[in-house]
Amino acid sequence: MIQLKNSPTKFSLPRLTYRVWSVWRRNLDVFMKTIRVNFLPSLLEPILYLVALGFGLGGFVQPIEGAPYVNFIAPALVAISVMYGSFFECTYASFVRMYFQKTFDAIVATPVSVEEVIAGELLWGATRAAANSTIVLVVVGAFGLITSPWFILVPLLSLTGGLMFAALAMCFTAFAPNIDFFNYPSFLLITPMFLLSGTFFPTSSLPPLAEIAAQALPLTHIVNLARGLISGSVEISLVLSVVWIAVATPILFVLSINLMKKRLIR
Amino acid sequence: MESQEALIRAHNLTKRFGNFTAVDKIDFRIYKGECVGFLGPNGAGKTTTVRMIYCFLPTSEGELDVAGMDVTKHSREVKSLIGVAPQEDNLDPDFSVLKNLIVYARYFDIPKDDALKRAEEQLTFFGMQEKRDAQIDELSTGMKRRLVLARALINKPQILLLDEPTTGLDPQARHLVWNEVRSLRKLGVTIIITTHYMEEAAELCDRVLIIDNGKIIEQGRPSDLVKKHVGEDVLEIENDRGLLETLKKEFSSATFEVVGDRIHVFSTQPHGFFERYVELYKGKNVAIRNANLEDVFLKLTGRKLRD
Repeated sequence: MIQLKNSPTKFSLPRLTYRVWSVWRRNLDVFMKTIRVNFLPSLLEPILYLVALGFGLGGFVQPIEGAPYVNFIAPALVAISVMYGSFFECTYASFVRMYFQKTFDAIVATPVSVEEVIAGELLWGATRAAANSTIVLVVVGAFGLITSPWFILVPLLSLTGGLMFAALAMCFTAFAPNIDFFNYPSFLLITPMFLLSGTFFPTSSLPPLAEIAAQALPLTHIVNLARGLISGSVEISLVLSVVWIAVATPILFVLSINLMKKRLIR
Repeated sequence: MESQEALIRAHNLTKRFGNFTAVDKIDFRIYKGECVGFLGPNGAGKTTTVRMIYCFLPTSEGELDVAGMDVTKHSREVKSLIGVAPQEDNLDPDFSVLKNLIVYARYFDIPKDDALKRAEEQLTFFGMQEKRDAQIDELSTGMKRRLVLARALINKPQILLLDEPTTGLDPQARHLVWNEVRSLRKLGVTIIITTHYMEEAAELCDRVLIIDNGKIIEQGRPSDLVKKHVGEDVLEIENDRGLLETLKKEFSSATFEVVGDRIHVFSTQPHGFFERYVELYKGKNVAIRNANLEDVFLKLTGRKLRD
């Protein structure tokens, strides 16, 4: 892992200006160049999951909380796309820009600061998450699996949740000595979250200790909220998830920018 | 020049990485319109110094002002005055040639129409209009270097920092870059070049700073430094047993250097001093050549001179 303690920078709240958007805009421009290819996986994956797991496997599964299995997993697919969209953007893709392409070095020679470069990357990660999850939402809608008008708030959830995962990802990027390093968080954190965050079965069917542990996973809260907004069970228990995300996101945002400053400023 | 206000002023400037001191309490001034070369072997501290000027690296100690502004307090303003062509190409491989310039202009808050106009101007100046829609990986090394230069000029900088601008270029591309640097000098841009090509420094620079082990060990006009340290002519003779001793007796005030199987004799005597020895040592591959900045550089930084 990269040693960050030799950096002369001190921990501080990032000072950001509108210049963050010039970094965000750079990534958007690249994305728009290959937009068709970018959207293809986001479009195909949820269809495959809904068909194979929802309708296929779901035929053998009892209704969960009164709803067919396919309705149970549909909001989870939206939440998972938020996590994948931002996490992979701010690990692998950010690392390529930082390490191989030296894009960050080129940008910080202009009036844009290191803090603004990282903040721009994080906002871009959130944007990717929102774009991906919107496509999944459209697919879910096309299958007739949206049963609540609250679904209109899903893009807001995706942006916030996306920012949280982008910042979490960037914390790993700060320590990554090479690109293979990201296999660790992918297999040890992302894959377990994908399976255990109340995505394909309720967390209540886990053993009691594991159920408590699942509440500590960030994806659990995005899944809870997505399910509430898409399936129409907007209830008081969701407040916990809102608070969880509202607290974790700014902490991770400030932390990840500081860690990256320590990596980049020597 | 001394009466002019310095555009860049360093005092006791120091940079440490952990326990390693890369730049060690250096003082220098760069004046408006000058073209100054930072010369030094690899790891001497020249790139580190340049990186502190464009606020890429924070200083560890001492003062560094650009256009009267402290780099630690006004990094944004300082960076907006500077154009940087870094050592390693960091062009954006995700964009075409033209788009590289336009996206870079955006980081400087240059409005869209203006950015396009400036990008076109740069491509014309560098003769790259035909390549405007090419992707970066389709460009030759020379083309990439020139695009890096074009990008460094997009904000119309007062100061241009060129970190080893011709490393890895073929002679054609190198001369093209030199010509472009000369035209920029004529436009009044203040230029700092780091290089370890002495020919390049002698061609382009009004003044050079020779840096070694993080310290400035000599500075001045290239021709003055040559005169001061190695004189005007160098006599080169094939080495032979006892020849060095004979030469030492012959040229009591000269300095000698043995390089491989040849002896270099440096003398501060006026031009023409060595003429008659060409006849005398005929058959020993003898030659007289002009002393140059490389001789100065090697004398000050590297291979030990015997005297």
